[in-house]
Amino acid sequence: MANDVLTNTGESATVSPGLRGIVSDWSSDKQAFEVPWGKAMMWIFLLSDTFIFGVFLSSYMTVRMSTVEPWPIPSEVFALTIGGQSIPLILIAIMTFVLISSSGTMAMAVNFGYRRDRAKTAALMLATAALGAAFVSMQAFEWTKLIHEGVRPWGNPWGAPQFGSTFFMITGFHGLHVSVGVIYLSIVATKVWRGDYERKGNYQIVEITGLYWHFVDLVWVFIFALFYLW
Amino acid sequence: MEHAEGQQHPIKIYLWIWLLLFVFSTFSYLVDFYQLQGLLRWSLILLFMIVKAGLIVAIFMHMAWERLALKFAILLPPLALLVLVAIAATEADYTFVTRGVYFALAGS
Repeated sequence: MANDVLTNTGESATVSPGLRGIVSDWSSDKQAFEVPWGKAMMWIFLLSDTFIFGVFLSSYMTVRMSTVEPWPIPSEVFALTIGGQSIPLILIAIMTFVLISSSGTMAMAVNFGYRRDRAKTAALMLATAALGAAFVSMQAFEWTKLIHEGVRPWGNPWGAPQFGSTFFMITGFHGLHVSVGVIYLSIVATKVWRGDYERKGNYQIVEITGLYWHFVDLVWVFIFALFYLW
Repeated sequence: MEHAEGQQHPIKIYLWIWLLLFVFSTFSYLVDFYQLQGLLRWSLILLFMIVKAGLIVAIFMHMAWERLALKFAILLPPLALLVLVAIAATEADYTFVTRGVYFALAGS
């Protein structure tokens, strides 16, 4: 498995797999990660973002565990009446499927990017952005509905007042990430369409944008499980 | 040249993961729909959550194909959050008991 690569100094070093690979990657006075710098930086940004959402979700756990008033039942709070029938949590389920689908189109955009298929890459990225915009719109609808029903950061009609503050902070911060992602995707898709990366011969940026987008989907997996289903 | 092309995998694998994510999301929704309660509910929710997160990180974010140095640098630090969760849970439990005692006294 070991193969020779050139280091910054032009010397030949050995790349080995497994635990031994970690030692040689970190210790041999060269770049630690065998990926383009943009990708390493995006991963490190996402790691820091993981801690932000991690702290949000653990504070949510803390206030939910320590409140003496009953926690509002998400299944009922987020139910929608469709055709005279109340369906529990249906809007959240639809939002989940929309976001997963956007991750699917994004993964395929990355694939077509590396195949240098300009048109398909741009089209799939725009489809991803459109699904993201649909997600944010549904979230705006959900917020409007809850605010009309009297949910505030300091109280709500059904029980523990902490419900509102955690709901607005966690979903708000996630929605902000989705909105930023839609803008980011649209910019990169436009540049793909224009052929900027065709000229450079480097479609790495599509994968880096994809990392951000999949992360937004990843965070939603945790919010969906811990906030809406728990 | 192959290295310059970056992460390239068959489209089929993405479609499979997409399908699996749909299936597991449906499962987690059904946990709520059928109103499973207690330990069964919590363990199923966590199980589906971890499976979905794993699929996204490993396949969609290509972590499965990265070198161990990057995997460890990105995936190990978040484990520190488990310590935070443990401390916060202990603290929350204490707050809950204290509130129970205080509010009981205030009510009498």
